[in-house]
Amino acid sequence: MKLDSKIPAGPIEKKWDSHRFNMKLVNPANKRKYSIIVIGTGLAGASAAASLGELGYNVLTFSYHESPRRAHSIAAQGGINAPKNYANDGDSIWRLFYDTVKGGDYRAREANVYRLAQVSGSIIDQCVAQGVPFARDYAGYLDNRSFGGAQVSRTFYARGQTGQQLLLGAYSALSRQINAGTVKFFPRREMLEVVLVDGQARGVVCRDLVTGKIETYAANAVVLATGGYANTFYLSTMAKASNATAIWRAYKKGAAFANPCFTQIHPTCIPQGGDYQSKLTLMSESLRNDGRIWVPKKKGDTRRADQIPEEERDYYLERLYPSFGNLVPRDVASRRAKEMCDKGYGVGPTSLAVYLDFAESIKRLGRHVIEERYGNLFDMYHEITAEDPYKGPMRIYPAVHYTMGGLWVDYNLMSTIPGLFVLGEANFSDHGANRLGASALMQGLADGYFVIPYTMGDYLASTKFKPVKVDDAPFIEAQGGIEGLIKKLMSINGKKTVEEFHRELGKIMWDNVGMGRNRAGLEKALKEIPRLRAEFWQNVKLVGVSNDMNAELERAGRVADFLELGELLAFDALHREESCGGHFREEHHTEEGEAQRNDKKFSYVAAWEFTGVGKKPILNKEPLKFEYVKPSQRSYK
Amino acid sequence: MDFKLKIWRQKNRDDRGRFVDYEVKNVSPDASFLEMLDILNVDLVKRGEEPVAFDHDCREGICGSCGLVVNGRSHGPGRGIATCELRMRGFKGGETIVAEPWRAKSFPILKDLIVDRTALDRIIAAGGYISSKTGAVPEANSIQVPKPAAEEAMDAASCIGCGACVAACPNSSAMLFVAAKVSHLALLPQGKVERKERVLKMIEQMDKEGFGNCSNNYACEAECPKKISVTHIARLNREFILAEIS
Ligand SMILES: Cc1cc2nc3c(=O)[nH]c(=O)nc-3n(C[C@H](O)[C@H](O)[C@H](O)COP(=O)(O)OP(=O)(O)OC[C@H]3O[C@@H](n4cnc5c(N)ncnc54)[C@H](O)[C@@H]3O)c2cc1C
Ligand code: SF4
Ligand code: FES
Repeated sequence: MKLDSKIPAGPIEKKWDSHRFNMKLVNPANKRKYSIIVIGTGLAGASAAASLGELGYNVLTFSYHESPRRAHSIAAQGGINAPKNYANDGDSIWRLFYDTVKGGDYRAREANVYRLAQVSGSIIDQCVAQGVPFARDYAGYLDNRSFGGAQVSRTFYARGQTGQQLLLGAYSALSRQINAGTVKFFPRREMLEVVLVDGQARGVVCRDLVTGKIETYAANAVVLATGGYANTFYLSTMAKASNATAIWRAYKKGAAFANPCFTQIHPTCIPQGGDYQSKLTLMSESLRNDGRIWVPKKKGDTRRADQIPEEERDYYLERLYPSFGNLVPRDVASRRAKEMCDKGYGVGPTSLAVYLDFAESIKRLGRHVIEERYGNLFDMYHEITAEDPYKGPMRIYPAVHYTMGGLWVDYNLMSTIPGLFVLGEANFSDHGANRLGASALMQGLADGYFVIPYTMGDYLASTKFKPVKVDDAPFIEAQGGIEGLIKKLMSINGKKTVEEFHRELGKIMWDNVGMGRNRAGLEKALKEIPRLRAEFWQNVKLVGVSNDMNAELERAGRVADFLELGELLAFDALHREESCGGHFREEHHTEEGEAQRNDKKFSYVAAWEFTGVGKKPILNKEPLKFEYVKPSQRSYK
Repeated sequence: MDFKLKIWRQKNRDDRGRFVDYEVKNVSPDASFLEMLDILNVDLVKRGEEPVAFDHDCREGICGSCGLVVNGRSHGPGRGIATCELRMRGFKGGETIVAEPWRAKSFPILKDLIVDRTALDRIIAAGGYISSKTGAVPEANSIQVPKPAAEEAMDAASCIGCGACVAACPNSSAMLFVAAKVSHLALLPQGKVERKERVLKMIEQMDKEGFGNCSNNYACEAECPKKISVTHIARLNREFILAEIS
């Protein structure tokens, strides 16, 4: 496989402009003759479908949700970045670019990151025009806050519901196109396969989740905007249905999968309560602006928080990182929390938690200010734990939250399969080994509103298409493959539920491929995952029928894919003999316990190529060159 | 905790449906209502029976997927929460709990507790937006929005589109849902240009979908997980009258 990142020539600040000028255009009258399939209606998919529809393309969009507005982007809380410099605190495109490359621990492509920083301002303009009710100051201008890992205030937010408001904005733009007839939305459809014709992505196979019918659709190009794969770990902050099936099946058809081991563990989540628990809940990182993290200085201290005097508390982030304090990037904050708990300083019934304390802020700013800033988060915490965070500190613990890895894409967001584009969290592009807060929303919308409308046009205008119909052989074959797979799943009739397999996989992943990874653990995971997978295919129990609504069948397909993806994730983690960002190999750290990169050996994107289930994938490397931001040891001291 | 359950089971749109009794044992009081159903479903699958179908996804009260009538109340007892935020600690051990789907003509039941709420999407598609084309917009801070208007717009915009207001209303009216969107956009300077057309089209679509009229019952506000206020319905009415007379 040849990886061509197609990064335009020229100085970094000119690349995108000159590329836009050099791209071919589709004649306006011809646009409606091209159909484009968009899978997913989160921020990336909805913004892409709406913008492509506005241009006049014939867009077909699919989601397993009932409505586009239910995509998991809706759950994002904290905010979205843009270097508007409204705070007049020295922000600029360059600074956002620099912060993102550094924050990603020098494992992202400079050209992509620069473009992201460049278009991010337009995203805010777009959202405001749509009526997104961002927070405002008393003069009626937009308000900003600083957000994990940044020293400037560049984060725009809508209370603790930024993702919801941005998605509703994109959903409204999409709805307008649905009304105009340029976009057709297919609800409750799960895409299960990409259809290739002469090596080009020309369609998809979907299952109608209401009738169980297997359907095929043809188009000139396919866009996957299907979100991340953090649910490989079972417990995560993802929605229950979030899954990797779309990108995983594309991988098995030849799309390279980049940096699967780059997963993000978010430091501030509500700790797990018991075995019944079905998911973990994030407490926005914005809380770290006003909350102070601490543990008792004494190991195994079982006193209530309010009985531990000030001098017996260890505000360890403030102690270790005097300049960033509680605002160090996520990977650092998570690792330090785990370290504290591993050493025996953890608090709460399970000792797997640290305190996040607002007492001082409430005293300094007043309860009403804290309520205005974080009211809904405090309520959520209260609801879940039955403890009032206005009265005592929250207990928090890290949880799997986001996946930086994903399908490999070039500068145009096209995968290694011609005509298959990948947007949003589903691709690997901009965050390197660690994503900074408030930059996933930015990336999803940048991809959808401001990149794909151009690069898609270029692809369509410069590609020869042979006419295809859904009764052509490749479609019938792909459909038959999916029908066979479903039949097989339904007929195993074993003893263990899908849920049990998923939980078991999650435990293997969290214990061995989670926050701290080492050779022995990873090798263990690489033995256990194939064993569990083999058991799954002999012993999974499904009920009901396939030509009906069947949630168990839906989940079985997704868990089957996680059981393969988990192995690739562990494999990638084992191969990457360095620590960088969210990928922490316990063998590789500095004296101070920070991640130790090995730029000589690992300054590349690992793009894996499928060779068969259970077979060693082929490693393709895209070397990373840093011309503008010189790699250094990240320091937040 | 142990519970007896009466759950609505219905094979598909055309089936008549009925209540079926179940029992669940050893549920943690900290478990959510949906996690309690998960436990029941694992049991059912093990016994070779079909699990209870219900919609859910985020499980933190924001996606609007979940929605059950629990003991006669949309999203169950408690104010300002969605079904996924309902915790078992609020029930008494041994209690019999009744769970049914939203009941409204415009929300056909697809299976068990799952209904089809796409009528709400069609109301939005009819006009619930500001027509701003990608790229063709002014610089964000060129539009000043007074803070109180921004705050009130945000209150309205926090609707999660769950449909509880419809289910709670004796007339199956979708007024609170429509009002939330109309109000959100009418409050903002950006939304003023299309305000008349918007309200007329959305109301027209709402009627076409077969939702009932508002008779000031206020059950919608009481059951809304986002505490959307009925004052938005008053604004909707004003907007509608204004649009009709001009
Ligand atoms: C709790 C939480 C809080 C967050 N907070 C922030 C924040 O404050 N700031 C920030 O920048 N980022 C945040 N993030 C990250 C950010 O929200 C996500 O990365 C981003 O929203 C992903 O958007 P997306 O469009 O790529 O995917 P998603 O929103 O996940 O959408 C995926 C879409 O694909 C569809 N889909 C998937 N597979 C299929 C299939 N096979 N067939 C059909 N349809 C399919 C789904 O139905 C859905 O419509 C947060 C994430 C979480 C979980
Ligand atoms: S107004 Fe309230 S009850 Fe009605 S759909 Fe919106 S959030 Fe749900
Ligand atoms: S599951 Fe998302 S709101 Fe309840």
